[in-house]
Amino acid sequence: MSTVTSRRGASHDAPSARPPSASRRRRSLGRPQLFAAWALTIPFLIVFAAMFLVPLGYAGYLSTFTSQLVGGQVFSGLANYARALEDPSFWAGLGRVALFLFVQVPIMLVIALVIALALDTGRVAGSKFVRLAIFVPYAVPGVVATLMWGYLYGRESGLIAQMISSVGLTPPDLLSPQNVLGSTMNIVSWEFIGYNMIVLYAALRSVPTDMYEAAEIDGAGPFRVAWSIKIPAIRSAILLTVIFSVIGSFQLFNEPNLLYSIAPNAIGSDFTPNLYAYNVAFRNQDVNYAAAIAFLLGFFIMVISYVVQLATSRKERLS
Amino acid sequence: MTIAPPPADTAGSAPTNTDRPAGSDGGIGGVNRRSRRRPVERDKRRNPILTVILWITLAYFLLPLVWLAVQSTKTNADIFSTFGLAFGRTFAFGDNLVQLFTFQDGIFLHWMGNTVLYAVASSVGAAILATMCGYALAKYVYRGRSFVFGLILGAVMVPLTALAIPTYLLFSAANLVDTPWAIILPSLVSPFGVYLMRVYAAEAVDDSLLEAARIDGAGEFRIFLTISSRLLAPGIVTVLLFALVSTWNNYFLPLIMLNDPSLFPATVGLAQWQQAATGGGGAQVLFSTVLTGSFVSILPLVVAFLFLQRFWQSGLSTGSVKG
Repeated sequence: MSTVTSRRGASHDAPSARPPSASRRRRSLGRPQLFAAWALTIPFLIVFAAMFLVPLGYAGYLSTFTSQLVGGQVFSGLANYARALEDPSFWAGLGRVALFLFVQVPIMLVIALVIALALDTGRVAGSKFVRLAIFVPYAVPGVVATLMWGYLYGRESGLIAQMISSVGLTPPDLLSPQNVLGSTMNIVSWEFIGYNMIVLYAALRSVPTDMYEAAEIDGAGPFRVAWSIKIPAIRSAILLTVIFSVIGSFQLFNEPNLLYSIAPNAIGSDFTPNLYAYNVAFRNQDVNYAAAIAFLLGFFIMVISYVVQLATSRKERLS
Repeated sequence: MTIAPPPADTAGSAPTNTDRPAGSDGGIGGVNRRSRRRPVERDKRRNPILTVILWITLAYFLLPLVWLAVQSTKTNADIFSTFGLAFGRTFAFGDNLVQLFTFQDGIFLHWMGNTVLYAVASSVGAAILATMCGYALAKYVYRGRSFVFGLILGAVMVPLTALAIPTYLLFSAANLVDTPWAIILPSLVSPFGVYLMRVYAAEAVDDSLLEAARIDGAGEFRIFLTISSRLLAPGIVTVLLFALVSTWNNYFLPLIMLNDPSLFPATVGLAQWQQAATGGGGAQVLFSTVLTGSFVSILPLVVAFLFLQRFWQSGLSTGSVKG
């Protein structure tokens, strides 16, 4: 960086390091600043504690009890967790979520990345319209998206079946037990490719262009530039989309819950862990066990997010 | 919309670039800001193959929505007996709208009103809280700062739906279930919003500007309200829009928290109609209503996103650099 930066930008580069004038500033302005800092932080923290930490703690507390027919709530330690770890329904849901992680997430993110890279070349006519059009599904509620795709999947009158029949083929049953997971993956991809594409595209726009020019002078083609310069430059944004997709996959609820009403035989009450926890809590009225499932799910998400972070960003750290 | 700068410029130019004294390229993300500004049109020709491929992919994203729009103009019979992307024998959009807004004493209008209320109250509140907190985390050095930030970052990983069950139990103990508060209060917390604002504020608000204002005798809150908040505007719009979408589209939380249909947002209401429609014989008349309602319910958000896209895209471009 230039000398201008080193003179003026010290506090930007390392916000936690005190700027050169800090000692003087601290004396005269320290207290009002400290006051302002906390006054601005505390409103969020209060709501955060009430809506996040307290429920989380309460869930942990609940999960250590078991309700019995006689004697009501009994402290049972980790029994609910042991039960969940032996529960085939829990594992089946987790297995489906794992398929999402290994099949749907990579497909979705690769498509999003390819579109973002294509738009970033500046060689696409009407790229602004393309960008917004691909993003639009994100603004569609999951409920509406699922409803809509549910109709599109319909075996007799669905649009997909109509199109396949019109060329003389027999349309597959997209809502059969074998296909419904793939159909769900498609809905989720449709909803979130655009969102991920926008995040990646926005990151690409902030990459300095002089590197591309240098690479082009050196004879690198567009694919080489994309692979060797652009993708490494937006690694942190890619990591962000991966982690959000991991969290999103574990949380799957809307789509299976709504498809359930269309294809009850293909989707069980334990299709995803989240759906299972919901059904355990509100159909079986077993909130203790549901809390344990939810807690365990949160634990898995944390572990996997952490592993993803370790694996992809040894050099970088989140801020 | 037409005055929006061309794409190359829109996302790339964070407000920092113009509002800041030249030379203060405090690239918080290690991005060298000097060379970031791109030529509006690069000296390249359009690539027809790339263009065609991308325009074809649009079919995947837009055809379902076109289908939905077309279905909302059909009668129930036509929905199931005519081709999905062609208009039906009768153009029934007006009839469907009348049916939609009069069915069950016009409850759909209530649902839309509820959706707007929940989404606006939550997103405005969430954006204010996230902006204040993110700004403080970015611009003040104080004890406990990194702990607070670590706590919030960790919270991004907690599945919100995993929180919903204990939240429901706590709210039912506090008699808040089946009230609008049950939707609004949990939606006020946006850890990602704080994260985004922290990254954005670090870059968009220059320290020397704050120093200058302090020397001029402005208090911290006045600086925040009159100077910083303006520089933060694109970031605020971004957080606001994303909070708006997440509440607008929320289904799980209201499904759990609300029993009274007059409090439902459109998502839960439509899902209930859909279940009634598929539930069995005689109720089939609802299909056109469900589809028309779905179409109507997505319009406001789509319009909001299109109109505000200039802001949220520039807000995102700064936020995602740091990722």
